[in-house]
Amino acid sequence: MLHTVNKSPFDRNSLESCLKQSKDGSAILFIEDGVYGALANTKYSDMVKEAMKSRKMYALFPDIEARGMQDKVIDGIKMIDYEGFVDLVVEKNAVQSWL
Amino acid sequence: MNETTGGIAMDDESEGTIKKFMYINRKAPYGTVYALEALEVVLIAAAFDQDVSMVFCDDGVYQIVKGQHTKFIDVKNFSPTYRALEGYDVEKLYVSKESMDERGLAEDDLLVDVEIVDNAKMADLMEDQDVVLSF
Amino acid sequence: MKIGLLINEGPYQHQATDTAYLFAKAALAKGHEIDRIFFYHDGVNNSSSLTEPPQDDRNIVERWSKMAEEHNVDLVVCVAAALRRGIKDENLAAGFRISGLGQLIEAGIQADRLVTFGD
Repeated sequence: MLHTVNKSPFDRNSLESCLKQSKDGSAILFIEDGVYGALANTKYSDMVKEAMKSRKMYALFPDIEARGMQDKVIDGIKMIDYEGFVDLVVEKNAVQSWL
Repeated sequence: MNETTGGIAMDDESEGTIKKFMYINRKAPYGTVYALEALEVVLIAAAFDQDVSMVFCDDGVYQIVKGQHTKFIDVKNFSPTYRALEGYDVEKLYVSKESMDERGLAEDDLLVDVEIVDNAKMADLMEDQDVVLSF
Repeated sequence: MKIGLLINEGPYQHQATDTAYLFAKAALAKGHEIDRIFFYHDGVNNSSSLTEPPQDDRNIVERWSKMAEEHNVDLVVCVAAALRRGIKDENLAAGFRISGLGQLIEAGIQADRLVTFGD
């Protein structure tokens, strides 16, 4: 399953809820303000890194770049564009948007 | 023209296909319209004979607490409708245990019969769906 | 693959509608079919023909109309949500149609994937 997160973890608990209620092997994509959850050296970085051990994490690069965060993303989170987003949707059985 | 189904003749290609639809409610009622309009979707969905389940987690659990009185905010109290869901064959209502615990809520506080599930079970249920709609 | 979209937010207020558009554009470019886009909640405001953004800004409404025309995308606006927000046939942009919530469920049944964009 693909999960998308579009909220900053500093604003809403969408990322936390997603990490707690997603299964090992699922994919998580950070989009829109959700990309602030993909950054290193924040209070949420460790939580995300822990989850990365069992889930694949992606971030929508156009959203990262728009916010000037391109040098701050956690190593190992794969940057994708909208085409990559489409590929993930096609590849996974269903999509849950953590709004 | 069928008003309920939006003019869709029920004998078209959707007939016979039964998919698992899950409606995830994560927002509190009244502050925003999502809870009400999500409920409206579920009521319509019931006409399509699909496998429907509803989830209440995060602030969504506040949608189904007892004792809602909305007279003085001049908004319709739609909480009794959750009790009517059973009549629409929407019987699978799942509530996040962790969301309940975090908010100091117990099953007794809820106005409808639900199954309270932990995060692992919720993840399993979600993974099992064909279509997940989140509000 | 057939992909359906649900858009729950209005234009200009939230990025959801831009993300949905760019997603749909990429999907079409890759040869997928965007079966239907259903506009719900404030998302119905994506269909107002009265929208007039400044000239240096993207025209979100026209963008959808153009996509509908070029790729035969079915743009459906929820009737109940639309009437609540003052969207009617007389101010409905080209390529959109107003119909019931059943169209959303049908999209979920008929499409291979349904993706929600919202707030």
